[in-house]
Amino acid sequence: MKPTSYALDATFAALADPTRRAILARLATGEASVAELAEPFAMSQPAISKHLKVLERAGLISRGREAQRRPRRLEPRPLADATDWIERYRRIWEGNYKRLDAVLQELKDKQRRTVDALVDEGKPRPKKKRRTR
Amino acid sequence: MKQPALKVTTPSERELVMTREFAAPRGMVFDALTKPELVRRWLLGPPGWTMPVCDIDLRVGGKYRYVWRNADGREMGMGGTFKEMVRPSRLVATESYDDHWTGGETVVTTELVETRGKTTVSTTVRYATREARDAALKMGATKGLEASYVRLDELLTA
Repeated sequence: MKPTSYALDATFAALADPTRRAILARLATGEASVAELAEPFAMSQPAISKHLKVLERAGLISRGREAQRRPRRLEPRPLADATDWIERYRRIWEGNYKRLDAVLQELKDKQRRTVDALVDEGKPRPKKKRRTR
Repeated sequence: MKQPALKVTTPSERELVMTREFAAPRGMVFDALTKPELVRRWLLGPPGWTMPVCDIDLRVGGKYRYVWRNADGREMGMGGTFKEMVRPSRLVATESYDDHWTGGETVVTTELVETRGKTTVSTTVRYATREARDAALKMGATKGLEASYVRLDELLTA
């Protein structure tokens, strides 16, 4: 089953806010009520409720049945879709950048040899060369 | 030697930002990002691909053209135009794939900052439309839920 682009947009929009990411991080450790979620933030419960609504619309969290507490819990599916996409991108670029590291190392070695050659010009060659940069 | 961490974040709906440090001065890194004979050695994507075409006309208004080929002979091409070029600190270019899988033109901004001989490269990819996101999603496979939990912390603390 492929998620729709609308769903993914909602996921990324929801994740773009640091408070909402912090709420998700909290819910990743277990379900919590609105009051419990509001506690660590310098925010009113209505302000937190607004963030929770965004997360709920994005399908990132859901509500428990318990009448009074209505604990929120994390819904892993949309987040999995979003992180898969990022993770795939990351893997490709990790490979690219690892090769770039090797290219840069080679350029640095080449530059050092050129500088060394210039320094050496006209000088009597010592028996043992040891250079530090 | 352990390689430096690559950070990937999504600061807004249409943007993706990659940040990575390199152990070289930024003039050198800039060259490695813009000289064809160097670019084609590392910008290869998934294993098994080579880069038979790498043309870069490095000036504002200049064009670049990349083509990759895999072992089966399948080709993928893309190119674009340089919008800004400030050596060695900044590069802005459009990016468009031949088969338009990104759903239109993407703008890529590359910034290089040097600190004590090391260079941090941050690349901001800005997709054109929602369809761009669509296409990017289609390229990605959906996998197990449990694995995503492992990555959750990473994403959340990004």
